[in-house]
Formats: sequence, C-alpha cells, structure tokens
Amino acid sequence: MIVADRKSLSEIQDMVKNCRKILLVGCKSCVTVCNVGGLKEVQVLAATLRIAAKMAGRPLIVEETVLERQCDPEYVEMLKPVVNDFDAVVSMTCGVGPQFLAEAYPGQRFFPAVNTTFFGGAVAHGIWEERCAGCGTCVIHYFDGMCPVARCSKSLLNGPCGGSDHGKSWELNMVVFLCEEYCKGTNLVLLSPDVAKVPSTFRWAKNIP
Amino acid sequence: MSDAFEPTIIAFCCKYCAYAAADLAGSMRLSYPPNIKISQVPCTGRVDIAHLLKAIEDGADGVYVAGCMEGDCHFVSGNLKARKRVEYVKKTLTELGIEPERVEMFNLSSAMGPRFAEIAIDMTDRIRKLGPSPVRRQSQLDAVR
Repeated sequence: MIVADRKSLSEIQDMVKNCRKILLVGCKSCVTVCNVGGLKEVQVLAATLRIAAKMAGRPLIVEETVLERQCDPEYVEMLKPVVNDFDAVVSMTCGVGPQFLAEAYPGQRFFPAVNTTFFGGAVAHGIWEERCAGCGTCVIHYFDGMCPVARCSKSLLNGPCGGSDHGKSWELNMVVFLCEEYCKGTNLVLLSPDVAKVPSTFRWAKNIP
Repeated sequence: MSDAFEPTIIAFCCKYCAYAAADLAGSMRLSYPPNIKISQVPCTGRVDIAHLLKAIEDGADGVYVAGCMEGDCHFVSGNLKARKRVEYVKKTLTELGIEPERVEMFNLSSAMGPRFAEIAIDMTDRIRKLGPSPVRRQSQLDAVR
C-alpha cells in the first residue's frame, strides 16, 4: 500500500491563499486506509480551511468529493462536469493523483495536500513501515525474505556499510538490514550460494526501456 | 460586551450515560445553564472529528463530548476513541489560533445527574471567560459591516 502524510495546514493554506472556491478531492484507495486522504480526512481538512477563512473574514467555498481512485482515467473522468467551477483543486492522494488530474484537465490548477512517503504495510494499528522501494528487480528471495534496497538505509546489496550503530542506521534511525539479519540468528545470507544469483546489474525500474 | 455574552455550547451526549444523566438531572430538578444544546448520540464513538469541527465552524463557542466512564463503554471502546478525536480537534484548533479549551471530553455514568449539571456549569463558565469563538466574532463583524 502507498503511505502518505498530510501536509501542514499552513502549507495547504498558502497554496490556496488566492482562491475563493476550491474542491478537495479524496481517494478511496491506499490513502483511505492510511487515514490521510479518505472521506473523513477530506471533511476534516475542508472544515479546517473553512474555519480559518471565517476567522480571517475571507470568503472561501470548499467543496468535497472522493473518487474511487485517482490513478484510473475512468474515475478521474467523473470530475469533468464540475472541475472548472473552481479556482483550484486540491488532491488528497499520493503523487499519482494530482498528476492524473492535471493531465486530464489542462487549464485547471491542482495542488497536492499530502506528501507521499513510501510503500509499506501496517505493523500495528495505525503504524506503517516501509517494505518496498519499487526498484524494479525483486531479490527478496535471495535475502531471507527481506529487501536490501528498501531496508538498508544506503540500499546496499553487498555488505555492511560501516554506518550502523547497535543495529540502527546513524542517519535514518532505521533497523539496518544486515544487522537485522545477524540478530535473527539465521545463516548470514551473504554466505549462501543463492546470493551469487543476485543480478550483478540491477534493473532499476526507471531504467527499464 | 462580555457581560452580555451568552455562549452557545454543543454537548454530544452518549445515550447510555450522559444523556440519561441529563434526564436524571431534570428529574432531580437540578438547574444547569440553558447555553448547553444537547445532541444525543448512540455512543460517543459515533462522534467524529468532522462533527466537532462542524460545530465550531457553524459558530459554537464551545463543544464537548460526554461519554461513559472509561472501561464502561456500552460498545467497549467508543469513549476512548472519542477522547482521541477530541485531542485531535484540540490540536487542530491550536493550529488555527483558537483556544483548545473550547473542546473537551468528559466521562460520567447515567447515575450522575448532579455531575452532569456540574459539567454544564463548569463548561459554561469556562467559555464565558474565553469570550465568543473567534469564528463567530468575525462573522459578527461582517454582519455589522
């Protein structure tokens, strides 16, 4: 699932400071699950923006809608009858949404209300952790079920980077992949014959022709 | 002006406790301020952040949620969820520059009629001291203009 984080209120206010009528568009997919851009979050942001505008004595109309997904043209199309009735449209979904909207409706301005953070899963109720970097060549099976790209802070496939301290990365405070490997008490994967099969040239997703 | 100020306070009351306590307060002939407008909910877990913000947006000077004692929720944990939502709204109000004390969570049982009246009095006093909500103050100014 794609996990995101809402931008601060002041950032969003700054984006729409010159608008009198805006549309907030949520998404019923990933961002609904991670409580960032579903129906409720759209309602909450809309009410917050309206309260702020009322306090400032500034007229602002905020309308709310939620699409099934913003990453499929058939759902994006549903905005067609109303999209040009607004000064701007604020999309509350991952980075794909505002781009699909902007491509479908040139001439309208689209703002992202959330920061897309990672692909991950819920390790506990309300807590999400990164598990995939979308790199393009999955080698999890060579690494005892762990991804060296997403879970090593330097995305190293071939050994300790020298930057870990008691199993945590200095920079990112993330559990270092290889240290986790030691802690689990399994055979060090680098010694396993399978590792030799790791493609020597990684086919990063963005480089695939 | 603040002498004449009569706050409007919305109380979301759980059917199983606070609403019944309000009923009891009535039967006991306890008086509490008429500023409190009660909205009955099947459980305080039904009260969403959006409901609390809507009340503020529409000009309420104060809003509170009154649910069962912690551990006694008829639906197990609705009151705990409500408390978290109240905390969220307090944070949002702070961000907006509105006093977070305008929103509060209370816990009481259906047998606590006098406590219901006490909460209503305390909350009315608190909001009266804070003055009209900044949302309302501005719309009043607009009306004068």
